[in-house]
Amino acid sequence: MEKRVTFRGWVLPLLLIAPQVLVSAVFFFYPAAQAIWQSLFIPDPFGLSAEFVGLGNFEFLLSDRYYRASFLTTAIFSVLVTLCSMVPALFLAVVADRLIKGSGLYRTLLIWPYAVAPAVAGVLWMFMFNTRVGVVSWYLGQLGYDWNHVLNDGEAMGLVVVASAWGRISYNFLFFFAALQSVPRSVIEAAAIDGAHFWRRFFGIVLPLITPTAFFLLVVNVVYAFFETFGVIHTITSGGPQQATTILVYKVFSDGFVGQDLGSSSAQSVILLFVVGLLTVIQFKYVEKKVHY
Amino acid sequence: MAQSHGMVERRGAGLWLSHVIMICGVLLVFFPIWLAFVASTVTQPEIVRPPMPLLPGEHFWENYKAALFAGVNVPVLQMLFNSLVMALGIAVGKIVISLLSAFAIVYFRFPGRTTFFWMIFITLMLPVEVRIVPTFEVVAGFGMLNSYAGLIFPLIASATATFLFRQFFLTIPDELAEAARVDGAKPMRFFIDIVVPMSRTNIAALFVILFIYGWNQYLWPLLITTDPSMNTIVMGLNQMFPSGDDVAEWPVIMATSILAMVPPIFVVVSMQRLFVRGLVDSEK
Repeated sequence: MEKRVTFRGWVLPLLLIAPQVLVSAVFFFYPAAQAIWQSLFIPDPFGLSAEFVGLGNFEFLLSDRYYRASFLTTAIFSVLVTLCSMVPALFLAVVADRLIKGSGLYRTLLIWPYAVAPAVAGVLWMFMFNTRVGVVSWYLGQLGYDWNHVLNDGEAMGLVVVASAWGRISYNFLFFFAALQSVPRSVIEAAAIDGAHFWRRFFGIVLPLITPTAFFLLVVNVVYAFFETFGVIHTITSGGPQQATTILVYKVFSDGFVGQDLGSSSAQSVILLFVVGLLTVIQFKYVEKKVHY
Repeated sequence: MAQSHGMVERRGAGLWLSHVIMICGVLLVFFPIWLAFVASTVTQPEIVRPPMPLLPGEHFWENYKAALFAGVNVPVLQMLFNSLVMALGIAVGKIVISLLSAFAIVYFRFPGRTTFFWMIFITLMLPVEVRIVPTFEVVAGFGMLNSYAGLIFPLIASATATFLFRQFFLTIPDELAEAARVDGAKPMRFFIDIVVPMSRTNIAALFVILFIYGWNQYLWPLLITTDPSMNTIVMGLNQMFPSGDDVAEWPVIMATSILAMVPPIFVVVSMQRLFVRGLVDSEK
């Protein structure tokens, strides 16, 4: 879609677009190009010179046991975060949708965690499950369960998943609730008159109608789990124990800033660029479809 | 209306069950925040000898005063100020540069327009998390470490805001631009008198989302603010934990975590309508 009526001149528009183009060039394109360039070299330990290795960094990464493990960790983490944030949100939205009064109040109360930063959410959950002072871990101890996410891989993963999914329940609830409210009452009532009970109506009519929203949320939540959960992992586990919660983004940070392995970190950035590109394309493909509905 | 509801909504026991489920859901979701609040009102010995109480204590002022004016590395008041500058800088900056570039793209035909459009589009795909090392080097090269400029500028380019404004500008009736042109109005007059006032709801909705985005940044401040007096509250909170075997000062830390949550929660709840609308719009 284009405007029919436009203004003349080309100096003014160039000036108007300049700030955004400049910021993008300096802080987006140059660093991205730099990442691609650096990924082709291995710097010497003193950072004085670098040896060109072509795709050597990538070859090394893809054969590296730890990097492949990190891919798997990221996949497991993303699937779990997406499930743990979408299923409870859909359930609550379905229940709230059936209420005539009060759903607005519940929505206001459920919105809160969305505003909490992932890094702060990490501190809250770490406090609850702290091995020394945590309330939940203490009560688990009373029940005979010895909680220790500092040593146990599975418990560490469980904790970062729940802490990451927590704030997203609000987000997903808002979208599911809005989608459910826009399902035409007349359709549901017609089914009800035909004798379809609640679950029949839900799976037969409502669920197909909100599938676009669900698919959209699926993509958005995967993107969130990939790129925005750094704060949760850094505050709770720092990627441990033994890299059990080191997702790809965390590894870029720990190899690049902690380990100072610039070549490998840049190569990882480049691989992540492809992942983001892929996810963005999926997202836009889907948005295209939604426009045609 | 009431009658048509009766067909599909629950009544009696079913209705009560729905409310019970919602209340349980809200309580479960709230529990971590509640516990942090309780911890910020009790004393250190009450926390380190578990189980800690589940109802607030009497040390609210004491703990919050200690956090705000003394903190651990730096007074929390300073970190709150830094977060405010960063969040406002990012929100206002993104909105201004996006309004300008969207106006240029929609209302002008100029050389390189398509190229610039795609250039902005591609930035959608480059979250700061994937380009941290080189971006850090650029910012260090400009001497912007430990500065507000370094906190704000790398996060300020936003394709999302540009697209949102572009979408909206396309819906502004052509007659308005035509009338302005016939009257001999300069493009910038049209922009300031017509386009910006018409966009105010979108601007407000976007402001809520961008303010929270800026306030909740963690990785970027962590990398570029080595000086504690430049820490933002969200990253500074995690710096309050001692390294090694020292015991964390839990009441002060949890008071800080509450202080870190209050501004974004206040913004979201008080501007709920705008926020929900902005969220649904900007994710489309």
